[in-house]
Amino acid sequence: MKRDGFLTFLPWAAPWLAGFMLFTALPVGLGIWYAFTDYTLLEPPIMVGTKNFARLADDPILGTVAWNTFFFGLLSIVVGTVLSIALAVLLSKPARFQAFWRSAVFVPSVLPLIAVAAIFKLGFDGELGAANQMLGLIGVEGPNWFGSGAWAWAALLMMSLWGVGPAVVIYLAGLRDVPKQLHEAASLDGVGSWGRFVHVTLPMISPVILFNVVIGIINAAQVFVVPLVMTGGGPGRSTYFFAMYVYDQAFQYGDMGYASVLGLVQFAAILVLTGLVLLLGQRFVYYRGA
Amino acid sequence: MERIRTTLVYVLLTLVTAVALFPIGYMLLIAGGEGERFAEGGQTLFPETAGEMPGNLASNLDTVMTDGTLDFRRYLRNTLLVAILAVSGTVVSSAMVAYAFARVRWSGSKPLFMLMLATMMVPFPVIMVPLFTMFRELGLIGTFGPLWVPAWFGNAFSIFLMRQFFMTIPRELDDAARIDGCGHFGIFRHIMLPLATPALLVVALLHFMFVWNDFVGPLIFLSHRDQFTLALGLQLFMSRLGTTPWHLLMSATTLMVGPVLVLFLLTQRSFVEGISTSGTKG
Repeated sequence: MKRDGFLTFLPWAAPWLAGFMLFTALPVGLGIWYAFTDYTLLEPPIMVGTKNFARLADDPILGTVAWNTFFFGLLSIVVGTVLSIALAVLLSKPARFQAFWRSAVFVPSVLPLIAVAAIFKLGFDGELGAANQMLGLIGVEGPNWFGSGAWAWAALLMMSLWGVGPAVVIYLAGLRDVPKQLHEAASLDGVGSWGRFVHVTLPMISPVILFNVVIGIINAAQVFVVPLVMTGGGPGRSTYFFAMYVYDQAFQYGDMGYASVLGLVQFAAILVLTGLVLLLGQRFVYYRGA
Repeated sequence: MERIRTTLVYVLLTLVTAVALFPIGYMLLIAGGEGERFAEGGQTLFPETAGEMPGNLASNLDTVMTDGTLDFRRYLRNTLLVAILAVSGTVVSSAMVAYAFARVRWSGSKPLFMLMLATMMVPFPVIMVPLFTMFRELGLIGTFGPLWVPAWFGNAFSIFLMRQFFMTIPRELDDAARIDGCGHFGIFRHIMLPLATPALLVVALLHFMFVWNDFVGPLIFLSHRDQFTLALGLQLFMSRLGTTPWHLLMSATTLMVGPVLVLFLLTQRSFVEGISTSGTKG
């Protein structure tokens, strides 16, 4: 087969090659440079060495946002994984109108986040919201959801769980690929349905779980839109997340240098955490044919 | 036993569906409410006059679109303009690059493809500040430029999806075309594009949804209310929640959710395939 040279490849790939330089490589490079400068947009960046990095050590807000982001991410990934596997198992059962049930579970995730935030903001309104009206029907007085950190977290968590659709679809594809013979063989050996789930299904879909957890980490590290418009980070700083802090440093306080440092910290955290999860995955994930 | 189990499956499915669809129903319920009733102490979950809801919704939507201080018609126009420019750019440029990765035989193409996949890992907040300063240098802050110009430089996810699709087209077709005297452009134009139309539509659809839903981009790059997209307009409306009537806010939300919902219902198969491809073959 005839081979093409770079000169043939270049014009076809040119849009992305240029785009990669302009909109990925250059910004990452600039970001690293800004991290070592004092830059307020009013004047050109001035080199200040590692001053911005030193600031990380005694920034009280950084600890709060890092902890919030980590803990909320952990919570939503753990609960989200259990829920989406359960939903996928339910949706994989033979049933009439299967396409309808599956679409219904997927629909929430295609809606604009900002619109979802608007709906839930009203739904969790302390006085007139749907949540508290329904709780009122069964005689329970609902909380003032956005008035306390714990309830605000609960509301945010429910919203994030409402959008598990894509993960469910991916698990469904994974479940479909589990060989039927394995289930049959286990049944013959007298293994019950829960036992088959734990010893056959879970190991067989473990690569899919790993994939979804990695995607979950990348998304959780960037939680931004929903808390920004729902709680504004409050009450106090209880729902103030990392990406919101980066945004505020850059566009509220105009400190581009420190914002860039925070962005790099975020990137590093994502890389380290996904690296750790992938390492763990090597021990616990079962790959067919490996 | 079997009977109980089947019943249980249907009960659970109904329950899950109810939870999944409830917020959308709630939005419509409030959007179909009346201004006066809110003034008297709020909407309840059980409207007394369900028959009037479609009429109310229509008039609320009209208010939201045309009222000078809300002006959602302008936000809608802005969003559509950005979407058209960005979607056409993504489809054209990503198809070209996907062809390069799928069919042009050059030894460096594999590593570059891996690099491209890796760029999808870079979180937006990391490049947010430099992108802002770059567009500021170019005088593009406060214009639609930053929202659609990058789309013409290929989008990694779109390229990946199309490349996967191009790979499934038999190479024998290329060879036949080559014998007929076609070069790369001929193969791309007469074989790839016609056969890959479904993939192009999926990419167009997904990118349209991305632009329609995008909030962070417009938040950072736009500065005047005249240029706001629906997402920003909705946020502005929400930020005045104390004074905004719920039925109008939910009508505006319906305006934003409606088209996405209709598009999804018409094209759900492509959607689910797009998601599955990204998941199982990535």
